[in-house]
Amino acid sequence: MELFTNQVLAGIATGAIYACMALAVVMIYQAIDHLNFAQGEMAMFSTFVSWQLMQWGVPYWGAFLITLVFSFAGGIAIERLLFKPLAKAPILTNVAGFIALYAIINSVAGLIWDFTIKQFPTPFGSSSFLGSQLISTHQAGMIGVTLGLLVLLYFFFQFTRMGLAMRAAASLPESARLVGINTSWMIALGWGMAAAIGSIAGILIAPVVFLEPNMMGGVLIYGFAAAVLGGLTSPLGAVVGGFLVGVFENLAGTYIPGVGNELKLPIALALIITVLVVTPAGLFGRPIVKRVWT
Amino acid sequence: MTAAQEVVTEAPVIDAVPKRAMTLGYGTSLVVLGLLVVAPLFVKNFIVFQLTMLLIYALAVLALNILTGGSGQFSLGQSAFYAVGAYTSAILMEHAGMNYALTLPIAGLICFGFGFLFGQPALRLSGVYLALATFALATAMPQLLKLGYFEHWTGGVQGLVVTKPDAPFGLPMSQDMWLYYFTLAVTIAIYIFSVNLLKSRSGRAFMAIRDNEIAASAMGIDVSLYKTLAFGVSAGITGVAGGLGAIAVQFVAPDGYTIVLSISLFLGMVVGGVGWLPGSIVGSAFIIFVPNIAEGISKGLSGAVFGVLLFLVIFLVPHGARQVAIVAQQLIGKLKKN
Repeated sequence: MELFTNQVLAGIATGAIYACMALAVVMIYQAIDHLNFAQGEMAMFSTFVSWQLMQWGVPYWGAFLITLVFSFAGGIAIERLLFKPLAKAPILTNVAGFIALYAIINSVAGLIWDFTIKQFPTPFGSSSFLGSQLISTHQAGMIGVTLGLLVLLYFFFQFTRMGLAMRAAASLPESARLVGINTSWMIALGWGMAAAIGSIAGILIAPVVFLEPNMMGGVLIYGFAAAVLGGLTSPLGAVVGGFLVGVFENLAGTYIPGVGNELKLPIALALIITVLVVTPAGLFGRPIVKRVWT
Repeated sequence: MTAAQEVVTEAPVIDAVPKRAMTLGYGTSLVVLGLLVVAPLFVKNFIVFQLTMLLIYALAVLALNILTGGSGQFSLGQSAFYAVGAYTSAILMEHAGMNYALTLPIAGLICFGFGFLFGQPALRLSGVYLALATFALATAMPQLLKLGYFEHWTGGVQGLVVTKPDAPFGLPMSQDMWLYYFTLAVTIAIYIFSVNLLKSRSGRAFMAIRDNEIAASAMGIDVSLYKTLAFGVSAGITGVAGGLGAIAVQFVAPDGYTIVLSISLFLGMVVGGVGWLPGSIVGSAFIIFVPNIAEGISKGLSGAVFGVLLFLVIFLVPHGARQVAIVAQQLIGKLKKN
């Protein structure tokens, strides 16, 4: 039983990483109605920027704030320059664009900061949290920040004009335009916010997985999986999904014989798909009902 | 977020491509065929090998095109089917001593079954959810192939070495050259099969499902059957491509069939034009040659150069090579009138 509790706790700790990334994924999904495969790379780039700022002597929180603003602006710039012209192109072409963006960011980051692993500082310290060996103060801080972000996002989407306008622009662009919402800028804003949340995720994750251009590869997959499991339309779902995926992964690694590190990912994904087959819209997502004729 | 059900009108993921627009006219087809037949006579062996790979990837892109462009289902799991095909061929050749040509239909059949079965749970999923499910398949496959239980057959992490076949009947041809013509014959056969499939009752059913699933089922189309069938056919063709790939590369190993392959095939489909079968070969050329060109332009930034080139292509022709073909056709039509 103690082993079980320990593994669940450790799972929650890693789950916080996935939850963070999943929030960014849900954010962009709310804004553009599809997944951005370059999201992880954008977060990685932001993290490198904040690392660079700290190397130049900017204090942690200063660097954090500058990175946040930089990412927000960067996200908007990417949307305006690269994806606005593709707005009328087929969705699959847009997905190809995300893959291109992925390749570009990864390669440029590799060139600027090379592929050696770098340490990243944490403001929370790394001693053990409440005497538990499994969760460090950093991981506890990460869980706290994730939950804080969740609450902020919930209020943003639920109670502000901007949040409502964004949701409207994503789900029914034409009707949104008819009531006077500038849908084009809503999308740009969504990109900016997703990039900013991604940068927070990156900065929180970096002390755990270490900083290097490929740091987000695995995390993004789990982040997607978590977002999809929780239902892509729900920030709460994303966070719950993230913790569940973390726990799933740890328990599978502990209790199913013959599962090494290599098979953890396929098993976690298989479990998620099993859940999705039962509830196709994810755990907290709105079921999509299609109108037959429009 | 409320759990209340909302009515969402969704734009179709894939543009409706009319049946006729999915293929080429006879004249153009013959010109392309002629080029493919004479091409290897004038180039070095290594380029002949690359041309063989071009045809093999074209087959795999074609398979994805039937699934996505034909039936409207998205898959990132093509690398898994490709791997199963490759391993089937390799194991049959190396462990059972079977003739290479005979292993291909078996690889195709096994992959058809595999794809058909995988299509069953996938029925419940669509869009991003289906993408995630197929993605899971693609990430799981290399790990499964590495498993200790199958090591006797698959060679584990090491993989298997496959012997390259000689030209039969004492034909005066290098191995590469023979393999190219063999692949070309298989490719043409599968291309003709695919074109006819899409023209058939089943093909019309695929497209009806792609354009409007609910309307299709109202017209009496067995949606589940045809969706899984599309998965099966696509997997089967990918399997044959995988088998040919194993013979051409002379080597199969788990790390050759990762998600990267699936993503490449997807890019090939987009560049070639979703739902336009002849575009498959253009897309295949893109995914084989453009990374090399990018590497040639800048070693350190090859990824960035590749990304920029890809952006250029999708900016100029968002509908892929199909768009180029349509524009060309209109130009020729105008010239004829004058």
